Amino acid sequence: MANPLNNEIRYLNPPTVEVKKKKYCRFKKAGIKYVDYKDAEFLKRFLNEQGKILPRRLTGTSLKFQKKVSQAVKRARHLSLLPYVTDLLK
Amino acid sequence: MLKHYETVFIATPVLSEVQIKEAVKKYRDFITENGGEIVYEEDWGLKKLAYPIQKKTTGFYHLIEFKADAAFVAKLEVQYRRDERIIRFLTFALDKHAAAYAERRRANKSETKN
Repeated sequence: MANPLNNEIRYLNPPTVEVKKKKYCRFKKAGIKYVDYKDAEFLKRFLNEQGKILPRRLTGTSLKFQKKVSQAVKRARHLSLLPYVTDLLK
Repeated sequence: MLKHYETVFIATPVLSEVQIKEAVKKYRDFITENGGEIVYEEDWGLKKLAYPIQKKTTGFYHLIEFKADAAFVAKLEVQYRRDERIIRFLTFALDKHAAAYAERRRANKSETKN
């Protein structure tokens, strides 16, 4: 019954090979050296919907700039430009 | 040795236009009287706060960029704390990258105005 020539695994759908998109630090790429706390719209890219700061593993930001982003977000929160806690930000 | 600073404060929305100008003038004079020099000033106007402060949902934002002695900042912040009109403030020392950014920002602003 088992055909020795036909024992390769057959897939119904061709297996999709995932091409991982390489993450990069947008500050390093764009040559931004200073993260402004006054620009709340820009800082929102680094927050989730509850207004929490997104981790580096999701945004791909380098450590150096992650520190600056988090500091800037905290300053913006102090000045009430960004909320400390919320729902449905963006 | 003068350092480059910028300070943002939020004034209560209950003040009238004249009272706001008076408050801003007070701090402007306070900086220049204490040997500082004002580099730039920006009025953001009445803005909605992201969360209520002292049961108020809006506030007048004002930004002043200045050069002053390091010891002056403490004096300025004491003034802010004593002032009931100010509900929030932040003073920030600019490093060279921040100063470059501030300059570009200023250039952009004046361009859009003209």
